[in-house]
Amino acid sequence: MTAELGLAALWLAAALALLQLALAAMALAGREELLNGVRPVAVVQAVLALLAFAVLIRLFVVVDLSVELVALNDASTKPLLYRFAGAWGNHEGSMLMWVAILGLSGACVALLERRLPERTLVATLGTQAAIGLGFYAFLLFASNPFQRLVPAPAEGQGLNPLLQDPGLAFHPPTLYLGYVGLSIAFSFACGALLTRQVDAALARAMRPWVLGAWVFLTLGITAGSYWAYYELGWGGWWFWDPVENASLMPWLAATALLHSVAVLATRDSLRAWTVMLAVVAFSMSMIGTFLVRSGILTSVHAFAVDPRRGAFILVLLALYIGGALALFAARAGTVQEGRTFEPVSREGSLVANNLLLSAILGIVLVGTLYPLLAEAVTGEKLSVGPPYFNAAAGPLALLLVTIMVAGPLLRWRRDRLAALGRRVALPAGLALAALIALLVAAPGVRLLPLLGLVLAAGVALGSLAPLWGRNLRRTPMFTWGMVIGHLGVAVALAGMASESAFTRETLVALAPGQTAQVGPWRIRFDAVEPIAGPNWTALEATLQADRGGAPLLLKPQARFFPSPPTETSEAAIATRWDGQLYTVIGKGDEAGRWQLRLWWKPFVTLIWLGGALIAVGGVLSLLGRVRRERRAAERLAWL
Amino acid sequence: MKAKNQRLTLALLALAAIVGAALLAASALRDQAAYFYTPADARRLGVEPGRSVRLGGMVEGGSIRRSPDGVTIAFTVTDGQATVPVSFRGIVPDLFKERSGVVAEGHFTPTGSFVADTILAKHDERYMPPQVAGAMHESDSLDTDAKVRAK
Amino acid sequence: MALKTIRWLLWVPLILFVGFVALVASGLVTPSTHEIRSQLIGKPLPDFALPPALPAKPGLARVELGQGKPRLVNIFASWCVPCATESAQLATLKRAGVEIDGIAIRDRPEDLTRFLGRYGDPYARIGADRDSSVQMALGSSGVPETFVIDGAGVIRLQHVGEIRPEHVAGILAAVEAAK
Repeated sequence: MTAELGLAALWLAAALALLQLALAAMALAGREELLNGVRPVAVVQAVLALLAFAVLIRLFVVVDLSVELVALNDASTKPLLYRFAGAWGNHEGSMLMWVAILGLSGACVALLERRLPERTLVATLGTQAAIGLGFYAFLLFASNPFQRLVPAPAEGQGLNPLLQDPGLAFHPPTLYLGYVGLSIAFSFACGALLTRQVDAALARAMRPWVLGAWVFLTLGITAGSYWAYYELGWGGWWFWDPVENASLMPWLAATALLHSVAVLATRDSLRAWTVMLAVVAFSMSMIGTFLVRSGILTSVHAFAVDPRRGAFILVLLALYIGGALALFAARAGTVQEGRTFEPVSREGSLVANNLLLSAILGIVLVGTLYPLLAEAVTGEKLSVGPPYFNAAAGPLALLLVTIMVAGPLLRWRRDRLAALGRRVALPAGLALAALIALLVAAPGVRLLPLLGLVLAAGVALGSLAPLWGRNLRRTPMFTWGMVIGHLGVAVALAGMASESAFTRETLVALAPGQTAQVGPWRIRFDAVEPIAGPNWTALEATLQADRGGAPLLLKPQARFFPSPPTETSEAAIATRWDGQLYTVIGKGDEAGRWQLRLWWKPFVTLIWLGGALIAVGGVLSLLGRVRRERRAAERLAWL
Repeated sequence: MKAKNQRLTLALLALAAIVGAALLAASALRDQAAYFYTPADARRLGVEPGRSVRLGGMVEGGSIRRSPDGVTIAFTVTDGQATVPVSFRGIVPDLFKERSGVVAEGHFTPTGSFVADTILAKHDERYMPPQVAGAMHESDSLDTDAKVRAK
Repeated sequence: MALKTIRWLLWVPLILFVGFVALVASGLVTPSTHEIRSQLIGKPLPDFALPPALPAKPGLARVELGQGKPRLVNIFASWCVPCATESAQLATLKRAGVEIDGIAIRDRPEDLTRFLGRYGDPYARIGADRDSSVQMALGSSGVPETFVIDGAGVIRLQHVGEIRPEHVAGILAAVEAAK
């Protein structure tokens, strides 16, 4: 019965999306009296979509095996957390979460947005409804999550063991809030183009929404990176896999948008460009969803993913992205030119930021699609991995980070290079000192990590420069947000470069009682013992790590899940203030020895700390902007 | 600067950035993309030693040799027409065994043997290609596959 | 002049996107060539002998195949979801007079009994392939997979993936042709 309730809610939500689209279209066509009807419909639609998603979660929690999706992905033996999170650990469930968040985004706009002209807002909500309609249709016709299974099996198939991790509960929802939150900027852009209202007011309205989605995206990517790092047991934190690229591309576009929206809001420049970025950012979210969902990049055996689903999503993409870009091409030419600026100015640096971010985005996109292109054109099979991405995107990213220091120190509209030189003298000096210190203390570091470390030192100081000489108490919260966000970039960069430059790795086969050395650590291998978990068994090694001071105990496991039969490796990680010790156990041999893979990764944790700082910066900016606008509105009301 | 000119400059700059990125990507791809070879392909076409490539085939029966250090193995990859000796230092995945499919990432030496940095074992429980096995999947795609890889 | 150039440039994103759609659409419709097909089609089966997967049923060996009549060899497992969905099609094939043998991959007798109890048992024999070695020898890379073996023990067809209702006619035709 419950499953039917969810399905009914989904159908009703789809019907309301249709109604919302029709109302918006009629209102814009001249039926002004309908303008007020759009907001409530958007809210009710969101409630229904969220209800459908809540029903699915309930089905997973109570393990209702008469529902096919639950039978395939759930099991009563699973702990509660994984039954709960299992609702979105599969195709249909994650798509339902996608549309539920889309509905939620529309409802938030309907309830909270008061700055846009009413016609533009209605056009925005109409666009949002049009997107929703397509994805509701996709769920209802091509991936119904509430499909019944007759006869109901006695036990479910369980969850992929790799997903059985607390990370599943938090990582996908965060990432999806970011992906789908970008739909708001997309709809704003389309709404503004439709009603010819591209101006600074649009940018001021759009900015908090972009910031919000961008914060979630940043958190989602950071959490995903850490999850992959500890769960996969390969010692790496980023693999340039298509799925990771699918989350990175919208982030790059959203980061560019965040900066160009600032130019448009403050200086009323870059109108058409900002609108295009808003379209591109969410398009990248949809393309990412498509690339992952269609299986076109990852799957060779087409039947793992139904090819009809891929075709369905592709048609939706072609309609929405193609439609928005056609609208852009037709209307952007009529957008009035914004105000001008000199090349050496805050605007100039933000343009450079945008161009570099776009170029990096292009490089990631080309690398991700290239295997497909090569196969289609020449029939060659190939793969594109970290060497390509590091070589092509790395230098551009370092250049971008350098400009990041200069940007906030430049004045709007016009500035002089000499003045900038005086302002960055101190950070540049620190970078130079870091370079000399590194060359002396740690010769033999490769060029890219070396530049990364040097830049990180300069950028960390330079990102604080906008605060110099200011009364810190009276510094607006959004300035703090920018400073902390930029500082986060420097911190993350330091972590990446340090991990790349100073990681020590040891691969050995040891018998119990023997020791090995990795970096400063002496590791003693004590024993291997079998242990049993709720739905797995494992061989657990006991390691003692010692570098003077209290020894650490590490227990890496090789886990075995019987259903479906799968082996996973659980790394044991010890975190110290100056880095992480990362240990993995491999296979045993006839001589009683066990393979051990040990890493010492100095300051690797800075990568995720930096990511978190970037997100904190985003939150502060968001709060600062909202507060300032509220004050401005109050002042206006007072007058 | 005049308004129209600035707008055109910016538009052309954007175009230049896209074209520049594409050119940079193309040149990097020429050097860095890892092509996929079977032993017969490798023999027929010849692969430049040191270039990073993928080698795919079956692990020949009885060919796996473990060296005394306990972490290095040597085996032969075959496709029925040609064979390539492969050496690998690391922890092999669960599904790596004789007479089963394997993809090795690494490079050829001047003597024609192959040094693998990574072994991807073919995942035999559901239909997943070797390329997938190496891929990193977050929740998005985990419903359809699992990772099997050792580095 | 400047205005015209800009008008033209505005279409660039759309043109790039159309290229993207064309590329992935071609990727979607052309069947992938990565698929690892058995090299053994048209060749005789390799030699193997599998123990019974269930006490009540005989196991499966090379010598029992190719005894004059075409047979189907279905590679499956109780833990495999698509294998459950093809059970109706296997039953249809059996009703049409096709003899079917099974190879159970990495399975346990108690799971197998439950699976066959729920989804039906079309198999004359079931061999237990505990380490997937016979599966590999047949050039199969996953479950489920179905082979048509002719009367002389030569592999005539390899069907990759579950048998859907629309595949039944093709498999019947291959069995007919193998007679």
